[in-house]
Amino acid sequence: MKKLGLSILTLAGAMALGSANAAQVIKIASMSPLTGSSSDLGLQIRNATEMAIKEQKAAFLKMGFDLQFVAYDDQADPTTGTANARRIAADNSILAMVGTLNSGVVIPSSEVLAPAHVAIVSPANTNPKVTDRALSNMNRICARDDSQGPAGADFLIDTVKVKKVYVLNDKTPYGQGLADAAEARLKSKGVTISFSEGTDEKSDFSSIITKIKQAKPDAIYFGGLYGQVGPFAKQLREAGVAIPVMGGDGYDSPDLLSLAGAGAKDIYFTTVAPPLEAVPAAKAVAARYKAAYKKDMAGFGIMGYDSANVVLAGVMSAIKANGGKLPTRVQVETAVRKTNLTSGTLTGAIDFNSVGDRTTAKMFIIQVKNAGSKLDFSTAGTVNVKVAKQ
Amino acid sequence: MESLLTDILINGLLLGTLYAIIALGYTMVYGILQLINFAHSEVFLTGAVVAFETFRLLAPDPANPGSGLNPYLVLAIALVVAMIVCGLLNVVIERLAYRPLRNAPKLVPLISAIGVSLILQDVIKLLEGFQGRFQLAVNVPETFTQTVFSVGDTNVKVRDLALVVVAAVMLFSLDRLVNHSKPGRAIRAVAQDRVTAGLMGIDANRMIALTFAIGGALGGVGGVLFAMKFPNLDPYSGTIPGIKAFSAAVLGGIGSIPGAVLGGLVLGVVENFLGVLSSFSFVFPKLSFLAAIGAQYKDVGAFITLIVILIFKPSGLLGRSTTEKV
Repeated sequence: MKKLGLSILTLAGAMALGSANAAQVIKIASMSPLTGSSSDLGLQIRNATEMAIKEQKAAFLKMGFDLQFVAYDDQADPTTGTANARRIAADNSILAMVGTLNSGVVIPSSEVLAPAHVAIVSPANTNPKVTDRALSNMNRICARDDSQGPAGADFLIDTVKVKKVYVLNDKTPYGQGLADAAEARLKSKGVTISFSEGTDEKSDFSSIITKIKQAKPDAIYFGGLYGQVGPFAKQLREAGVAIPVMGGDGYDSPDLLSLAGAGAKDIYFTTVAPPLEAVPAAKAVAARYKAAYKKDMAGFGIMGYDSANVVLAGVMSAIKANGGKLPTRVQVETAVRKTNLTSGTLTGAIDFNSVGDRTTAKMFIIQVKNAGSKLDFSTAGTVNVKVAKQ
Repeated sequence: MESLLTDILINGLLLGTLYAIIALGYTMVYGILQLINFAHSEVFLTGAVVAFETFRLLAPDPANPGSGLNPYLVLAIALVVAMIVCGLLNVVIERLAYRPLRNAPKLVPLISAIGVSLILQDVIKLLEGFQGRFQLAVNVPETFTQTVFSVGDTNVKVRDLALVVVAAVMLFSLDRLVNHSKPGRAIRAVAQDRVTAGLMGIDANRMIALTFAIGGALGGVGGVLFAMKFPNLDPYSGTIPGIKAFSAAVLGGIGSIPGAVLGGLVLGVVENFLGVLSSFSFVFPKLSFLAAIGAQYKDVGAFITLIVILIFKPSGLLGRSTTEKV
């Protein structure tokens, strides 16, 4: 009896040793909110990362590495995010991370991960501060918030061909920042700004609408959130003004359509999360995603998939540079920053400037227009956002 | 230029009519109890939520647009339900929060009024929140958003006419009730002198409850009309119109019914005028300095007007120091 136990132990020990010799473990982490109100978006990032890792498992096994995936839930909360980051930093087999959804989470988390040199590739963090701190481990493949205003302005100038624009903002840092950036771009391209003002009005927009009727602009840029823009657009259309209303990703909610009703027609907004139909290359991936997770792939899934592939390409090139041996975190970090993917991604070529911003990020323009008998979001175009090589 | 003026006037008068109906609730309660019923803005919002629910429940089947009740009938149902709900609500508030404090110093019921106001906000938030809603988009029947006629380029909609008609009917009935009926005389007697009225055999508490019921019903009507004009609500939507309507009551002379109506109309027009003041800089190039006065100053302007009028006429436009208060 004793002998049998011993031999089983020996056998188990030998097996463990054997597998350790056969493949070294490389873990890639994802961090996003998996519970709470934004878990829908967070799960997209998690699932897409897992999918990308599963697809490349075989390629890594050939090189002698066992690629594993570990998901962290940050609950959209900075404190939980930094606690996760400490755990990631402590687990030496984790070489890089995909995430997060919220800029507020990634900013403190990346500071925890920076001394440990865990590379981060973010699919969704748009706050300028994310990369302005010039951390060596922080990269993102989405556009920056401060490119939203100019992108919206460019679309108005190039596609809607406006000459005169009425600028509004909701008097929050977000809305005012967007509106100011858009206004500056419009002015620099010779568009007349008929008026620019802030308002925190929520229900009665009649005086602003009276002024808009007097000023007769070709379009309105409104830096604000759907809760305010919805009622505004409704009253604007009821007063007989049918010009386009442009804004940022604060409009991106199905509630915009219910709040604005028929007035939602020709509301445009910029967003970094691409709608599925704007990314033809994602069709096959989206089908696999649906088969695996029983849910439709959405914008942050697409971005998460690309982020994971950037990470994996970085790890792979670090392995190659290291002569096929397990690379260090610093080597992976350097390799990720040097990413130069021209194929295999869903959203086009990806490379980073010296602070980790994608040099050719895309901003997607969504338009509300008739889809069958009702109004719905549809893609009106994309604007390329050029970021200076720093 | 003409279109600008007609816009200011029409929008201002419509808004003012709304303020007037809400202001009546403040002014009647003040007249009889010398109490500023801060909960009135939430009673009024309850009326708006009743409208939201009525329009939601009685909405025609989207697959079959012709179905459903006649929209005017739906409006009538919403008005009646709102009047009953808000009238009862106001009576309950009076019974629970004000009557026990009838003989307390005047500041005490004022504070309990603020408390009731906060409780009602959260109750509305809770009730709608259970159904997964925070921002309520009122499904106003399309009939009401159609344009009847245009003055300049200002579109007057069916709901605007409905607003004026309902307001006129309410004012007329209120006048009949208060000035030409027995309960009305009793209310006026209680307002003048509660103790003496009691000696004459009038049950003061019943008359106060009746006043709250009438004020609440008016608030309910105001809420339904508000929901039709500004069909996006949240649990805090009542606060600002409430403060404005209260200011309208003070502007017209608190305690006076015609004063509340006049105050509402004045406030509505002044507010709209200040909101579009900067547009005069487009029309008259010499007035370009006006461009700095953005639309967000309209509320400031409304309250400055209130202060200026009170400096010169402390009892309000139609208030008299010896006024017969109701």
